[in-house]
Amino acid sequence: MGSDFLILSLAPLLVATISSLSCALLGNFLVLRRQSLIGDAISHVALPGIVASFLITGTLAASAMMLGAGVAALVTMALIEAIKRLGHVEPSAAMGVAFTAIFALGVLMLEVSDASGVHLDVQHALYGNLESLIWFEGLHWTALLDPAALAKLPPQLPRVAWVGLLVAIFVIVAWRPLVIGSFDPAFASSVRARPLLTDIMLVIMVAITAIAAFEAVGSILVIAMFICPAASARLMTDRLLTQIAWSQGFACSSAVLGYVLAGYGPGWFGHDVSLSAAGMIATVSGAILLAACLFAPRRHGNMERMTTD
Amino acid sequence: MLELLWQALTFTAGYNTSLVTLGSAMLGASAGMIGSFIVLRKRSLVSDAVSHATLPGLTLAFIIIGLFTGDGRWLPGLLLGAAASAAAGLWGVQGISNRTRLGEDAAIGAVLSTLFGLGVVLITVIQAMDVTGQSGISGYLVGATAGMLASEAQLIGISALVLLIIVFMFRRPFLLVCFDRQYAYTQGINANRIDMLMLLLLLTVTVIGLKITGLILIVALTIIPPVTGRFWTDQPSRLVGIAALSGAVAGYIGAAISSIAAGLPTGPLIVLTAFVLFAIGLLFSPRRGMVAMVLAQRRFRRRVHLRQGLLALARDEAIYDELTLKVLRRQGYIRRDGVATPPGLVAARDAEHEEQLWALYRQLYPDEAAQLDHHGLEPIDDSLPPDMVSSLETRLPLPTRSA
Repeated sequence: MGSDFLILSLAPLLVATISSLSCALLGNFLVLRRQSLIGDAISHVALPGIVASFLITGTLAASAMMLGAGVAALVTMALIEAIKRLGHVEPSAAMGVAFTAIFALGVLMLEVSDASGVHLDVQHALYGNLESLIWFEGLHWTALLDPAALAKLPPQLPRVAWVGLLVAIFVIVAWRPLVIGSFDPAFASSVRARPLLTDIMLVIMVAITAIAAFEAVGSILVIAMFICPAASARLMTDRLLTQIAWSQGFACSSAVLGYVLAGYGPGWFGHDVSLSAAGMIATVSGAILLAACLFAPRRHGNMERMTTD
Repeated sequence: MLELLWQALTFTAGYNTSLVTLGSAMLGASAGMIGSFIVLRKRSLVSDAVSHATLPGLTLAFIIIGLFTGDGRWLPGLLLGAAASAAAGLWGVQGISNRTRLGEDAAIGAVLSTLFGLGVVLITVIQAMDVTGQSGISGYLVGATAGMLASEAQLIGISALVLLIIVFMFRRPFLLVCFDRQYAYTQGINANRIDMLMLLLLLTVTVIGLKITGLILIVALTIIPPVTGRFWTDQPSRLVGIAALSGAVAGYIGAAISSIAAGLPTGPLIVLTAFVLFAIGLLFSPRRGMVAMVLAQRRFRRRVHLRQGLLALARDEAIYDELTLKVLRRQGYIRRDGVATPPGLVAARDAEHEEQLWALYRQLYPDEAAQLDHHGLEPIDDSLPPDMVSSLETRLPLPTRSA
């Protein structure tokens, strides 16, 4: 199994784990700010962005796709803001109008153009294709020390690694304004922590992370990576640093467990098939959240339960 | 091409196309109606969670039906499975947001992505199974009306009609609960039960819409038409009507366009039609449209400049501002060389008098004045009662004008 693992599983496992970790790191702030659905909106519009960039440039080069998805994310945020201000609509409805319309445009472009011929199809965009990240040079464990073989690793792996590093640096550098803005936006603006700038930077970082993870795990499962580990961690503790540590732990374990279950799980029951790894990762992270909702020590928080009636 | 579109729009393009077009229109109307209440309750993205949550039930039903019959494509069974898992998703969102410290946003995001992930896993199970009709399952992601059976179209159409009737019957309690739960309670309405009914209807719309728009886009039909309605009216019952109408129009036109060529996806076309209707409202609605707002702003600017120009004329001050000069000239208050005309002098004196009255009013009644939002631009006779104006007139110091 040694070389099989290196060829077939090492790269997808690393990509899934690193994407999970960086998504969960940002997810902590999204959950605290009650902006979880920004990740939802951005990951939906990555598809139209990528299709549009393919139609314009004619290539599936990573840089063009990332640019396309980034532009789509910014256009969507601007559209949401415009609808909110001009239409006097509450934020979630504005979000719903903007991202569904842009997503519909993406699907239409994809179906009408011949882009669906090259591995850009709706299914892949929705639930990714982790399994395609094969490292052909990984014939033996020594390949891990061989620069020539390492250079042939799937390009997605260094990409998510760089993005992960970028996310970590962003959180460390912007720590103070991020934290203040998450708990008390009014105080943040009074101490010149630039809440608006921090908000925009956070959205941009979410977009970058979503787009980098998008190719591997698909647009909808990215949402699970953003929200589930961070939400579970929120139920475990009241301290932010502890929460982040928990979220990283949950992210890592759901990525590894999900990947292993999808790849080897059916084999344990004697079926020689493998299931969607991305889907399984999302399922496992959801199961962790379910467990946290039922048993986590701080699941109710300090607030009295809101009475609606 | 246009001929084909015309045929589809006039229901002369064949029985099946007509059924699909009619069914989509009805679906759009009922989604718009029930969506209005959901948007008014500020829970629009709950439908996003519900629609994504249909996938595991749908695929599980496909697997079970496939195991027994060898072909998983039996629409009623699939819809039943979809409804069951959507209900589970809804219950999950409610549970997480009510019972834990997490907000509804996190609950929605977690439920929709997790259940969708489970569905994706089950899709790969289906792909590994030995059943026919596997490719049909992806049609539920983004919708596929091509090759839809007449019986399926009829099922969708009839359910949409029933839904429409139910929403119509319950529109009053729905509105009461949306706006004032306490009052609804005093009227003998069980707000929680009505809430549940609302969400149940939303779930039904989502499920019957799966085949037409696909599960990712059905949420658009419950959000975009109500938001469109918001541009045209402030009255809730009209909002529901407009939302139903624009949803129906979107379904009708979108389905008709998609029928004119193979490979045109129905769901995205319906959603984009709905978005075009929304954009028309955003731009041209007389109340909140962007055009109306720009025009109102320009009118306001002109009035400010006219007023300031007249005051400057009254006080014999020179005017340099281009816009002010233009406005005064157009009204015939000044000549081309900038000298005031007789009507201009009269208007200037009136403006000065009015300004003094307003200034006095602001000085005597600062609180009341602060509540007027037109900055003293309205004629004072229109804004204040006559006795107030005459009492202000008597207190006005005699004009000290240089001859």
